[in-house]
Amino acid sequence: MTEEQREQVLEAEGDALSRAVIGAPKQPRSSLGRRVRSTASSYGFLTPAIALVITFFLVPGVLLLILSFTDLSSSNFSDPWNFVGLSNYERLFTDPFFPKILRNTVFYVFTTLIFFNLGLALVLALVTTNIPRRQGFFFRLVWLLPRLTPSVVYILMWKRIASADPFGIYNQFMPEVLGASGGNLFLGGSPWSFVILTNGFIGASFGMIIFTSALMSIPDDLITAAKVDGANTWRIIRDIKLPLIKWPLLFIATYQTLSLLTSFEYILLLTEGGPGLFTTEVWALTAYKRAFSSYFGNSQWAYGATWAVVLVTVALIMAIVYVKIFKFNELVEEPRIENL
Amino acid sequence: MTTTELAPQRKSPRPRPKALSHKGRIISYAFLTLSIIPILVGYAWLIIATVSTRTRGLLPINSEGGIGGLTLSNWDFVFESEIWSAMLNSFLIAVAMVIGVGIASTSGGYALSRFKFAGRKAFLTGTLVLHAFKAEMLLIAIFFVLRWLGDIPVIGSYIGFNTIGGVALVMVALELPLGIWLMKGFFDNISWDMERAAMIDGASRFRVWWQIMLPQVRPGIAALSLFTFIAGWNAYLVPFTFTIGTKVANMPVFLNQLISDTAPVNWNEVAAVGLFQMIPLIIFFIFTQELLLNIYAGGSKGT
Repeated sequence: MTEEQREQVLEAEGDALSRAVIGAPKQPRSSLGRRVRSTASSYGFLTPAIALVITFFLVPGVLLLILSFTDLSSSNFSDPWNFVGLSNYERLFTDPFFPKILRNTVFYVFTTLIFFNLGLALVLALVTTNIPRRQGFFFRLVWLLPRLTPSVVYILMWKRIASADPFGIYNQFMPEVLGASGGNLFLGGSPWSFVILTNGFIGASFGMIIFTSALMSIPDDLITAAKVDGANTWRIIRDIKLPLIKWPLLFIATYQTLSLLTSFEYILLLTEGGPGLFTTEVWALTAYKRAFSSYFGNSQWAYGATWAVVLVTVALIMAIVYVKIFKFNELVEEPRIENL
Repeated sequence: MTTTELAPQRKSPRPRPKALSHKGRIISYAFLTLSIIPILVGYAWLIIATVSTRTRGLLPINSEGGIGGLTLSNWDFVFESEIWSAMLNSFLIAVAMVIGVGIASTSGGYALSRFKFAGRKAFLTGTLVLHAFKAEMLLIAIFFVLRWLGDIPVIGSYIGFNTIGGVALVMVALELPLGIWLMKGFFDNISWDMERAAMIDGASRFRVWWQIMLPQVRPGIAALSLFTFIAGWNAYLVPFTFTIGTKVANMPVFLNQLISDTAPVNWNEVAAVGLFQMIPLIIFFIFTQELLLNIYAGGSKGT
């Protein structure tokens, strides 16, 4: 801590203390003029952000909705806005594979979230902050590597680990354990476990970093005091650490649910939704495939947009539910320091 | 996160109480070591593969099927001009993103942290919810937006479909929700005093932001830039969807072209190109490791 920062901290603590003792200083009532000026300049600062949000979220969002009522595809691109009513939606909900894709998506999102993006991330953060700093740092560094790796190469690595004899690494070193038959682990065995592993090994590092910073900011005194009182490691984790990192936990739960729901790049590279018919196909992948790959010899942009609209709607509802359940409103409190 | 956490941490004068018992420590290390085995094995293969003609498991194999056959031919691509133009494009996209995300997030985050204004709460919650609209889902519609942007006179040819600028803009928007939350968190932790003093002396809001606030959130800006750079450097789906041909291809697109070619794929060359793509990031990473590992929390704790 530099001298300057220490001063800042002391000042902030002093402020809080004096507020607590003598009450908050009376703020002058803001005049209408000042309030208008403040709003105007705040929008000034927000202009770049708002412009980007409108151009690349709002407009495309509305456009996507409109597209889902047309029959736009690569074959009738010359006549873009031909409206066909709800027929895309009818087609979507009567798709024979719709229930399977839905089940796959729910299974994929929550399994990966619980076991890796939240569970493993939390365990990694707890364990690496409990061993000496250097070592903990090393393990977190290794865990971050998948995130830095080009997706194609990352998936290639996993494919090589799982390949059939004689190319597979797993088969080379553990021929007889766990019933490895020398065949391709993920095609022959369980494709889902590989889909979840590959995504989880990337997803876990995001939560790990956030939880680590949060855990590191817990004052040592709290832990020491608990130890003096005879608390064991498990009780310290349950009664002190977990409650103190509540916000990061909730944030990651929300953020990662949405990430998983709308991401498909690694599944596309690993299995393309196979092997077989729709075995590991998730919703986002279907939307992408319908719209961009010539799956039926023709890119059906409008139909792909329909899948995307339904998915985005589900994601939006989930986001709002999360925000309500977790009371994120507390996170967005009004700034206390507006007026001079 | 308080500002103090981001400062290089000095060893505290008192040794920390021993965190774990002997048994606990063994379990910890055993768990961590087990957990990174797949990662280490994967990278071991990657490195071996880049210098072999073929691999069998982790072993390089020559044409007779025996161990051997080491070669540097997988790295021949470094003499092609295409890889260097792809690298330049990757670099341009990443830098443009760092600048764009930097400006939009530091200004937006400042407003959200310091001003009361109509729609503030809605905007903050909305930014979090925006994450539901990942660009992957909006690709189809963004395609139209980019074509419209391309029709704007003069600047259109820099930010439309099939331009580096267009790709960068889309990616900037994608990174924005995280950036705004992160920067707001950092601004929230800065004491109000210096700002107040400057404003009493008659400085404008803009000057306060530029000259007083930005220097104080430098760790946050560095962190955000780092993550934005990584996202830009490795971006694949957006550049792939919105560019045609090799002129504007970036590294990941170049890499994927090696695979989608009709000729048989040389996976060892793919591995080499992939490793090559990672090298700048790893160098970057080594110099900024402490920062990288202690980030994100500024945006997530929110207070």
